[in-house]
Amino acid sequence: MLAFAIRRSLQIVPTILAVVLLIFVLFSVIPGSIVSALSDEGRGAIDAQVAERMQKELGLNDPVHVRFASYVSKLATGDFGTSFRTREPVTSMLAKRAWPTLQLIFAAMLFAIVVGVPLGFIAALKPGGLIDMASMIGAVSGLSMPKFWLGLLLMYLFALTLGWLPSFGYGDGGLMYLILPAVTLGVSPMALLARTTRAAVLEIMTADFVRTARSKGMSELRVVKWHVMRNALVLILTTIGLQFGSLMGQAVVVEKLFSWPGIGSLLVDSVLQRDIPAVQGAILVAVLFFLIVNALVDLLYVVIDPRIKYS
Amino acid sequence: MRAALSGVIIMADSASSAAADVILRVRDLRVHFHLSGGLLGKPRVLRAVDGVDLELKRGECLGLVGESGCGKSTVALSIVGLQAPSSGSIELDGEAVTAGGSIDRKALARTAQIVFQDPYASLNPRQTVRRTLEDPLRLHGVRARSEIDDRVATMLAHVGLRAEHADRYPHEFSGGQRQRIGIARALILNPKIVVCDEPVSALDVSIRAQIINLLLELKETLGLSYIMISHDLGVVEHMSDRVAVMYLGRIVETGPWREIFERPAHPYTRALIAAIPDPLLRVPFVRAKGELPNPLKPPDGCAFSPRCRYVEDPCRREPLPALERHRDEHLVRCWRAKEL
Repeated sequence: MLAFAIRRSLQIVPTILAVVLLIFVLFSVIPGSIVSALSDEGRGAIDAQVAERMQKELGLNDPVHVRFASYVSKLATGDFGTSFRTREPVTSMLAKRAWPTLQLIFAAMLFAIVVGVPLGFIAALKPGGLIDMASMIGAVSGLSMPKFWLGLLLMYLFALTLGWLPSFGYGDGGLMYLILPAVTLGVSPMALLARTTRAAVLEIMTADFVRTARSKGMSELRVVKWHVMRNALVLILTTIGLQFGSLMGQAVVVEKLFSWPGIGSLLVDSVLQRDIPAVQGAILVAVLFFLIVNALVDLLYVVIDPRIKYS
Repeated sequence: MRAALSGVIIMADSASSAAADVILRVRDLRVHFHLSGGLLGKPRVLRAVDGVDLELKRGECLGLVGESGCGKSTVALSIVGLQAPSSGSIELDGEAVTAGGSIDRKALARTAQIVFQDPYASLNPRQTVRRTLEDPLRLHGVRARSEIDDRVATMLAHVGLRAEHADRYPHEFSGGQRQRIGIARALILNPKIVVCDEPVSALDVSIRAQIINLLLELKETLGLSYIMISHDLGVVEHMSDRVAVMYLGRIVETGPWREIFERPAHPYTRALIAAIPDPLLRVPFVRAKGELPNPLKPPDGCAFSPRCRYVEDPCRREPLPALERHRDEHLVRCWRAKEL
């Protein structure tokens, strides 16, 4: 188990290297730079000489492989470079914004699990029933609603009309500010979890070994608790893991919408300004988060399902 | 006239067998499934089991045969309480188990157990063999660790598994071994009746004989009574004292196995026997043509008439024939049994 854990963690390293290379090359070949962004995009033309000096200072004139080598060697020491825009170290920018993003993602996932899993479970116990129909219609709507639109609706209802919650911002980092963005972000994983749970439970309820359990005289409650729930857990956990990883990407829209000071909104701002070190840093953090979550899910599989053994 | 006569025969039958030790008595068992007809269609009724009478004597093995879809597994599930009957009665060891419509699954589990068909799917993949075997004991109030361990070890030995197999998971076993676990699980509560629902049909031909012999051996050592369900007459022939042939929810022929195999009276039984691969081809019977009819729309008259090569007009017109005595304990449900 420990050997597997170590091996699985080490697998992250080559993936990260590949991602670093990909991001770097991508941003080197796309046209435009911070200099052109400053001069061309209506922020007032800058002097050709100034532009030339900026290019040189930021090292944009160096050949790609030289820039890449220096980037990677700095990265190895945990230095993500310096932001073109704010001249701040990207590492400290990311560190400041990591916590709000994690807060948002965990809160969204918590909402998704607490609502989605029981909903799917109840729906599966009486397939075709009223609760089943209602929750599955809700789930499809939840999956198909665009987040920015849903976010605006929630904002309108709970902040503007009812005045219960602040409409946007991080505020003092309190719970009130977290609720709306977390729910907005959590609705689609919640819907997906409800559907997956329902499907998993339905499938297992008709499995032969559940019939076997009944045949030994087990009460229905114990059958569901011991045989159905434990076996449904593998599928549910997989969905949670996958959703967790992708929430980082989905958070970009929600953070921007709610002016949440996280990594997602940093990414959007930096892309608009061609602040390449900041963009690279933000993407790398997102990728790393995804990889770690996936590795954790793999480890959990081994714990909960004896059939899965990695050798 | 005919129906009235056969009623008398059945009553006389049950009177005589009351003296013999009857451990299971199924009377006019019906299991009907009500299907919704979708948005526009009207609800329909699927008569999976439509008036089945069975008797099992202590120490006997009754073979229940028929094609897939004839209702034999539904009968099996009803006997062990996993399928609630629509009507009829089931009496296990002198006690009615379907009284009042509700089933005490826990009490029933100690008398009648079932060995399922698919040893791959019928064991929870996430629990060890030990857990699978201990669970029933705990559920039924065995608390002492030493007794539990003892009974698990004994049962494993009975089915030919080693003690160290207990801590493995089902996926670590072969199909034959898994069926041994399935049998051990069924027997650990010391049931009196074991329903074997196609116990070998999911197994390789090469290990079927092992499992059949194991079942026969356990029947003797543990004093069990079996209902052996199979679509394969070859399996049933090897094991059964008596055979009942089911067709579309009803029993069409029943009797001692030698009678059934050597002098089958129902054209359907003949067709089943003809389907046993046999290089010597002992009986030149003709196979049945076509498929089992749609049980939602059973044919008029005798249900077998569309496939029967001896069919005559009355078979299609007359209501279903009753089970009638053919000779001694050999009963058959066919208008033309006497002439054939």
